[in-house]
Amino acid sequence: MSETQTIPVIEMRGVSIAAMRDASFTMVADVDWSVAAGEFWVVAGQELSGKSDLLMLAAGLMSPVAGSYKLFGSDTKDFGEAELAERLRVGFIFQGGQLFNQLTIAENVALPLRYQKNLTVAEAVKEVSALLELLELTPLADVTPANVAANWRQRAALARALILKPELLLLDNPLAGLGARHRQWWLRFLNQLSGGHELFGGKPMTLVVSTDDLRPWQDARRKFALLHKKKIILLGGWNEVETIGDSVVKELLAAQHETTTQ
Amino acid sequence: MPAGFYAAGVRGNLAKAFELTNTQLLRRAALPKSYTDLLGRKLFLALLTVQGLGAFALITLGVILQKNTTAKNVIRPRIRQEIARAGVALLPMFFFVALALGFLVIGQTVSTLAKVGAISYLGSTMVIVVVRELGPLLAAFLVLARVGTANVIELGTARALGEVEALEALGIDPVHYLIVPRVIGMALGIFSLTVYLIIGALASGYLFAFLQDVPLTPGDYFKQIVESLGWLDFALLALKTMAFGFFIAIVTCYHGLAQPLRLEEVSRVAVRAVTQGIVVCVLIDAVFIVLYLVT
Repeated sequence: MSETQTIPVIEMRGVSIAAMRDASFTMVADVDWSVAAGEFWVVAGQELSGKSDLLMLAAGLMSPVAGSYKLFGSDTKDFGEAELAERLRVGFIFQGGQLFNQLTIAENVALPLRYQKNLTVAEAVKEVSALLELLELTPLADVTPANVAANWRQRAALARALILKPELLLLDNPLAGLGARHRQWWLRFLNQLSGGHELFGGKPMTLVVSTDDLRPWQDARRKFALLHKKKIILLGGWNEVETIGDSVVKELLAAQHETTTQ
Repeated sequence: MPAGFYAAGVRGNLAKAFELTNTQLLRRAALPKSYTDLLGRKLFLALLTVQGLGAFALITLGVILQKNTTAKNVIRPRIRQEIARAGVALLPMFFFVALALGFLVIGQTVSTLAKVGAISYLGSTMVIVVVRELGPLLAAFLVLARVGTANVIELGTARALGEVEALEALGIDPVHYLIVPRVIGMALGIFSLTVYLIIGALASGYLFAFLQDVPLTPGDYFKQIVESLGWLDFALLALKTMAFGFFIAIVTCYHGLAQPLRLEEVSRVAVRAVTQGIVVCVLIDAVFIVLYLVT
């Protein structure tokens, strides 16, 4: 095994995370968490438990209030322009997509590629078209986000995050507000990414997903963590999630039990 | 505010580098207990705003210099877009204003000077009124109203909808992508528009004088103007209009981008930005008046 494979993708030691909107408020404290390359993590938590803040920190967009956080082995404390290459190994999908409203879907997807590689529109078109085709977005390429349904906006955000072929993909509650067909598509596609998609060189992508509903994420290959009372609780695999007695986990699973017992 | 806040934020490539939570606190604080309290609070707010604007201007200048070759294929088309928006798109309005300015102000000056036999002062009067003062200031105010407000609303909305964070997540410097094209576009736009405004106003002014039977040939009129113009007028006109453009863009972009806005706050902030933009333009104009007097 090479050295790059043994270095954890995410390594947090005693990390405290401030709220994105209020740096004086600590959302999560004493996080000891490590994510190895190729793992698929699901971080569950109720509203305002700090899921988005944890992912923002994991993406290197925020600095920890305390503790140390290494992304691909590099300390993020002094993350700046020089460490941009490390940042670009991370793809981030915000809840709701947060697309650029003045650009079309194709322009949204092309922007990071064109900016980072200094490409003209014509030079970027091949890669963008291939990704739009893969994500079934071609018919919406020339439409602005405001004129696209939320299901497709979220998918366009996925395309935008994938255009730079990241090694780590962070998804903030990606299934929120999606229709049943789209949820199934997302779960299937994320599994493909996790297993290694041919468009991304067949290399398994490391995935971290936040959610307030554990039900769709049931899979023995995934690892689970819970954010509760400003702490992160590493739950383990799906079997452990099902057997744990924690009331919050039960609540996050409650709908599943209701569904299965019906 | 913690020391090194801006620098650390910019190193971290974060839009929150420009957040001035102190001003938010002051604006949302309880009513002052006396006029002295009110005055002190206003003064403190003004100083904080000046500090924020200064820091934002320096950061933008730094980004312009440091990243002049970064992502040229993305930024240059955006600069052209902004020049079109703050320049070319405003040309019809400026031709109308130039005509109006010539007819309403300059034509009257010409005819009044002719009546009192001071027609030989026409050139220098025109240069002082139109070239040095009215032309640049009017152009700046019109661009501030048309494009500056749009800047605040666009950037404020983008900030409120989380687009700035999205740029950061994609490794795109928000100042480079959102602010630099606007600053360069507005500086060049106001400069070009002022030149057109001055030419249009001087020409339409003569037209009005001609209609009033002022005994002055077009050759004499333009000869007087040319003789009154020195190299300093051209240099300072270019400098002044570009300074107007730079600072209007800084003020409006600062208010749009620097504060974490809610959607309902955007219109209120736009009004504040326009007010501050006018104050900044008048202050810059005052500096240039001093420069004219000294040189």
